[in-house]
Amino acid sequence: MNLAHGAQAPTANHAVWISLLEVSIREVFELMLSSELTASQNVDAGVLDVTAMIGLAGQLCGVLSVRCSRRAAALMTSKMLNVDIDKVGPEMSDALGEVCNMVAGNFKNKISGLAEGCLLSPPTVITGDDYSLHSQAEEPGLQVHMLFENMPMTISLQIQA
Amino acid sequence: MSIHALIVDDSSVMRKIVERSLRQAGLDLSKVSEAGNGAEALSVLADHQVDLILCDINMPVMDGLEFIKQLPAVANAKGVPVVMITTEGSESHVVQALSLGARGYIRKPFTPDQVKEHVIPILGGKS
Repeated sequence: MNLAHGAQAPTANHAVWISLLEVSIREVFELMLSSELTASQNVDAGVLDVTAMIGLAGQLCGVLSVRCSRRAAALMTSKMLNVDIDKVGPEMSDALGEVCNMVAGNFKNKISGLAEGCLLSPPTVITGDDYSLHSQAEEPGLQVHMLFENMPMTISLQIQA
Repeated sequence: MSIHALIVDDSSVMRKIVERSLRQAGLDLSKVSEAGNGAEALSVLADHQVDLILCDINMPVMDGLEFIKQLPAVANAKGVPVVMITTEGSESHVVQALSLGARGYIRKPFTPDQVKEHVIPILGGKS
């Protein structure tokens, strides 16, 4: 996949980008958390109360987000640090942010030209579900629903240009 | 031989993962120093001699490429191998890091085996 096709690529090749995003997510969880994800058709957004976001700037502008429950984020942290889930503390935000960072990096590295021309911001993590997000995204976003240890998770890529 | 490793990453979780990967690679770590960015790492090196540096690229304050650019002027860093561990996967980042003196380049996500493959050979007799 080459970004030389331009910013319309996400629309024109929606299925390809979705597929690349899903592979990117699976690789991060398999390599860094030794966890195999399963696909999910729908997710109850009400249970997703932790959100990690990474901004993308350059040839591709947008926001990649990973949303899950606190329990799922704590389990990710537990697996990454190899500690008991009950011992997970404030490092949970750092861990989820790093997961988001690796998914974003892995995704852009799979698209020719994007690794060079797209910068990633440091991750931001929001805890709680009482917020609304305004985006200037013009393109339809990509969204992947997965189950992490039977807990729902949604990964979205909102593309602005 | 025991190794003193310096791990530079703005994520404390990632620093712990890198440390665990080094131990899984079979390295005998006598000491692990941590820094959250290049400037903090330079401060560590001002006072400590280390045997190995693992360094992220995208970090606040001072990124990994600027950090390794400054290493030749640091007495405690003379001859110390540096391995980059980063989400940045572009060829230009790899070429730039290697031209600035990095001895290895690992893309995140990574496996402990990848850390072993990149780190053990450059340590030679020290591992």
